[in-house]
Amino acid sequence: MKALESSKDVALTKEKAQWMYQRMVEIRNFEDRVHELFAKGILPGFVHLYAGEEAVAVGVCAHLNDKDSITSTHRGHGHCIAKGCDLDGMMAEIYGKVTGLCKGKGGSMHIADFDIGMLGANGIVGGGFPLACGSALTAKYKKTDNVSVCFFGDGAQNHGTFHEGINLAAIWKLPVVFVAENNGYAEATPFSYASSCKSIVDRAIAYNIPGIKVDGKDVLAVYQAAEEAVQRARRGEGPTLIECVTYRNYGHFEGDAQTYKGDQEKAEHKQEKDAILLFRKHLLNEQLLAESEVVAIEKSVEAAVDQAVKFSEESPYPNASELLTDVYVSY
Amino acid sequence: MTRKLSMSGAINEAMKLAMRKDENVILMGEDVAGGAQVDHLQDEDAWGGVLGVTKGLVQEFGRERILDTPITEAGYMGAAMAAASTGLRPIAELMFNDFIGSCLDEVLNQGAKFRYMFGGKAQVPVTIRTMHGAGFRAAAQHSQSLYALFTAIPGVKVVVPSTPYEAKGLLLAAIEDNDPVIFFEDKTLYNMTGDVPEGYYTIPIGKADIKREGSDVTVVAIGKQVHTALEAAEQLSQKGIEIEVVDPRSLSPLDEEAILSSVEKTNRLIVIDEANPRCSIATDIAALVADKGFDHLDAPVKRITAPHTPVPFSPPLEDIYLPKAERVVKVVSELLGTPLEV
Repeated sequence: MKALESSKDVALTKEKAQWMYQRMVEIRNFEDRVHELFAKGILPGFVHLYAGEEAVAVGVCAHLNDKDSITSTHRGHGHCIAKGCDLDGMMAEIYGKVTGLCKGKGGSMHIADFDIGMLGANGIVGGGFPLACGSALTAKYKKTDNVSVCFFGDGAQNHGTFHEGINLAAIWKLPVVFVAENNGYAEATPFSYASSCKSIVDRAIAYNIPGIKVDGKDVLAVYQAAEEAVQRARRGEGPTLIECVTYRNYGHFEGDAQTYKGDQEKAEHKQEKDAILLFRKHLLNEQLLAESEVVAIEKSVEAAVDQAVKFSEESPYPNASELLTDVYVSY
Repeated sequence: MTRKLSMSGAINEAMKLAMRKDENVILMGEDVAGGAQVDHLQDEDAWGGVLGVTKGLVQEFGRERILDTPITEAGYMGAAMAAASTGLRPIAELMFNDFIGSCLDEVLNQGAKFRYMFGGKAQVPVTIRTMHGAGFRAAAQHSQSLYALFTAIPGVKVVVPSTPYEAKGLLLAAIEDNDPVIFFEDKTLYNMTGDVPEGYYTIPIGKADIKREGSDVTVVAIGKQVHTALEAAEQLSQKGIEIEVVDPRSLSPLDEEAILSSVEKTNRLIVIDEANPRCSIATDIAALVADKGFDHLDAPVKRITAPHTPVPFSPPLEDIYLPKAERVVKVVSELLGTPLEV
């Protein structure tokens, strides 16, 4: 089993540090708000929240541009935000409003924005592996230096598509970074029960690609691992597997009583192991940002999420005619 | 003795009775118990299925018989097929029927083919329980009704119950059956209650049920749409129009006789099916009646289905996606040439 790697000597520009902190706070704030709105019965459907895992999406997407693409999961809000999706459009999508990123037709599990390389949250576990290979194939064929990132959970790594996707990326040297978010539970089933490997990253050996396991609560550790993997992919040297050990603060879906989790683990992940608190402390200790700057980010994010909710509340639902659009045959 | 029980309670009870009766019956699926190997849970379930339909089974039968699987539909579905053909009688839960995309080969080319392809030397007594249906705001990948897909495969039986009573009796029949049976549970019906007898009983697969007798129009409705038809029947009855509501209950085998004899009586047919219209059960039944009941028809066969689109997430769009009683009333009125006002 590979050791868990932490960050060492990561030099961040002030601009990058600000961007990363803002994105992490956006994800947390957005998800906490969705949690509240769902509990009040305002939001319909199935909602799976990303709070607690912010360091993964942000540490990876910090290396991507709008032409790079990502595939996501049912727990996709964090990936969307880290990739740059508009908060108003995301929230409106979760409300099912016509101003949503998918006109309200997709919902929480299917938010996408192809203009910025967000290829869609996905309701099918393991759906992303082959898709990431496909967008990487486009990049390779067209000789761009764009990369694809496939975010997936510990549940998906037992799925056949994990093995087929990674093998394909490896033999074709596709520019893919496979990013495992190991939050310890696939739905209500512990990782230790469902996986024959102690570490997801052990599976990189079988496909003869580099693998690294990092502390997924340490955004700089994720940032560092992703930097190397993204550069390697851009150079045409093929895929990398990164395992980020993390935790989801909420249940598998909203409404999950989470009886399978221990009280202590739930508490410590909200305090001493919280990725945002850890990064905040680092920013202040290293004097990358001043307290006033950190607070300004936090306040502006709160206002932005308030605005996203207001925007969604005030937006109309789609017209009935939308039922029959965006599909090539209508009966 | 009968008492009120929910649809999910009836399904849960059927599984318990089958497992008490036959030790070869096992249940496998994703989080059918939940919390496997969590110290403080042991033989207690964390979930008992994502919507609680299998709650309490692991407490009674233990984790040897209630098997939580990794999220590997192809893996456990294939295992269920061969476990079935070598002496077990597994119930494999496919959480949402949409996930068949991840394990279609195990049904299509494996389990469904064994008995015929191996010259009758193999039996595959497996039951696949799966959730289907729109109206839950579950969006495009968790809301489909894919029973036509399975009905198209020889070797598989397909059951779609519409009431708690039928869910229990048909599920017990499915588990007893020596062929693969796929059993569709509409997620929006789980909380519906109805009279359910205590104890073990089966309802034969392949026998339709006349849910309401009538002489003017035959309305064949599938699953939840039986209730749409019954709602329309109430409204129409006030106008003096009596529709006959036929619930096929199983789509494969299909009780052709029940449908044809009803059409012989009413001379008109509407099929309500919330699945997409192309290559659907509605189309299949329309073809059946065009072929074998043409002489009895006084009007064109009408299909009331979802449009040919994926299921939209947005609540107002999903609401118009599904067939409605008002639409049934309108189509019945058109077929009979009677004024529209109700």
